[in-house]
Amino acid sequence: MKSYLSLQVNGRQRDDAVSGNLLLVDYLREVVGLTGTKIGCDGGECGLCTVLIDGKAQHSCLTLAATCNGKSVETIESLGDGGRLSAIQRGFHEKLGAQCGFCTPGMVMAAEGLLRENPEPDEETIRTEMASNICRCTGYVKIIEAVQFAVEELKSKKEAA
Amino acid sequence: MENMPEFTLHRPDTAEEAAKLKASDDSSRYLAGGTDMIVNVRRGIEAPETMIDLTAIGEITQIAVDGDGLRIGAGVKLADLCVHADIVAKYPAIAQAAASVAGPTHRSYGTIGGNLCLDTRCLFYNQSQWWRESNNFCLKHKGEVCHVAPGGKRCFAAFSGDVAPALMVYGAEVDLVGPGGERTIPLPDLYRNDGMDHLTLEKDELLVSIRLPAPPAGSLSAYEKSRIRGSIDFPLAGCAVLLTSDGGQLSELQIALTAVNPFPQMVKGTDDFVGKPLDDEALDAIRDIVRTQAKPMRTTTVRPWYRRRVVGALARKLVMRLASV
Ligand SMILES: Cc1cc2nc3c(=O)[nH]c(=O)nc-3n(C[C@H](O)[C@H](O)[C@H](O)COP(=O)(O)OP(=O)(O)OC[C@H]3O[C@@H](n4cnc5c(N)ncnc54)[C@H](O)[C@@H]3O)c2cc1C
Ligand code: SF4
Ligand code: FES
Ligand code: FES
Repeated sequence: MKSYLSLQVNGRQRDDAVSGNLLLVDYLREVVGLTGTKIGCDGGECGLCTVLIDGKAQHSCLTLAATCNGKSVETIESLGDGGRLSAIQRGFHEKLGAQCGFCTPGMVMAAEGLLRENPEPDEETIRTEMASNICRCTGYVKIIEAVQFAVEELKSKKEAA
Repeated sequence: MENMPEFTLHRPDTAEEAAKLKASDDSSRYLAGGTDMIVNVRRGIEAPETMIDLTAIGEITQIAVDGDGLRIGAGVKLADLCVHADIVAKYPAIAQAAASVAGPTHRSYGTIGGNLCLDTRCLFYNQSQWWRESNNFCLKHKGEVCHVAPGGKRCFAAFSGDVAPALMVYGAEVDLVGPGGERTIPLPDLYRNDGMDHLTLEKDELLVSIRLPAPPAGSLSAYEKSRIRGSIDFPLAGCAVLLTSDGGQLSELQIALTAVNPFPQMVKGTDDFVGKPLDDEALDAIRDIVRTQAKPMRTTTVRPWYRRRVVGALARKLVMRLASV
């Protein structure tokens, strides 16, 4: 049985008929064609599939697409601004926060969710608030530096404005 | 695409309707945040034909003042529970326990109702389909033998939710709604000592809210857990303590445990320490009654003897810390 799904994906309205058992990550990748969101585990362990739902980080691999009716979903594809990297993307680029890059979409979205709620987290807060995301390459230090870079950049942008 | 079993998804907007839908199909399951349920579906542990999503039920998403206490809706997210001003100020163990569940992303949509109704856990059960299949499954699901205690016909999978013991030390009750109406029971009565069937919920009932009485005057509380990864993990053993003390003597002591039995449990015999000096001997005795009542089995990669030792040590440490403030 299909249900009607009406939601915003990266700011654009969409209307689809989806099966009740369709996972949000499969909806994003297979139906919408946004393959930036990755799957890394069999459920809830790794954080690779992290997207923002109504501004909050959530695992798209544990969320049924149909339960997002009326909501706003943001994926890694939403971040670039007219071809320019967002503050967090630039942080990962400048500070070498990505090695193999597989965890990166999830890391970036978790960091995005964190900075929207708390634009000036200290190192301890960055560590605890990104604990749902696992990286097998970097040892996390470069990822934390990437987020700190974004914090500084957003701060100086705000001061300039 | 993930190989998800087919099911019909319902999104009722009242608890009564949810209970009615549940009653209509024996295989049906409730879905809240899904941080445990969808994992189990993806692993082939759960294959309901009807899934009843509870996230559209507005009436269960509030924390409200209720007489002298609080009423917490089952749909309240753990992230909201652990920063709620009254919870943090008056029921610190509950805030600490909620903050220690999984990681921040899980807490942003995982609910307190799902945390209390969490399935029991075991090394041989929380695994992928092929892992379990290559081990001939186990008694809890599809198999004939319990790999933890092969001689018996019982399942010892451990209840591993963090928040239940912290609610229990405050004497929490839970409101359940079924097609026949509502009933309220003490939280410990929601559970039984059976890893295969640990909830006393009728098959068509759902948990709608938790009632917290006013905290005892002058009480202090805390929750702590032992886990493999400090940043994100289920408890190997968890302990909540509530006490009031007066000039070196306890006037109330409540201790509750999780992850060391198929059900979250109140520790019995804590009244014996009330009105007596809290010296080293008493602290050791508290540690020892906790160790005796905890019955961890080989359901984690960490050995039971360690979990039994650590749960006693946690209780002793928390009592000492709270009594000396
Ligand atoms: C990597 C990882 C780590 C985790 N670590 C922890 C941890 O440290 N501590 C911990 O406690 N948990 C942990 N969890 C489990 C889980 O995230 C939490 O327990 C969470 O609170 C479950 O809530 P939920 O809303 O997601 O429940 P769901 O998964 O939606 O439901 C869980 C169960 O409760 C039932 N249910 C839900 N709501 C109701 C209701 N109102 N009435 C009746 N039945 C209901 C469902 O049918 C299901 O059986 C972890 C999960 C993952 C994936
Ligand atoms: S305790 Fe035994 S029956 Fe229960 S889940 Fe573990 S192996 Fe299976
Ligand atoms: S894919 Fe690993 S948490 Fe979603
Ligand atoms: S960069 Fe390889 S997993 Fe994080």
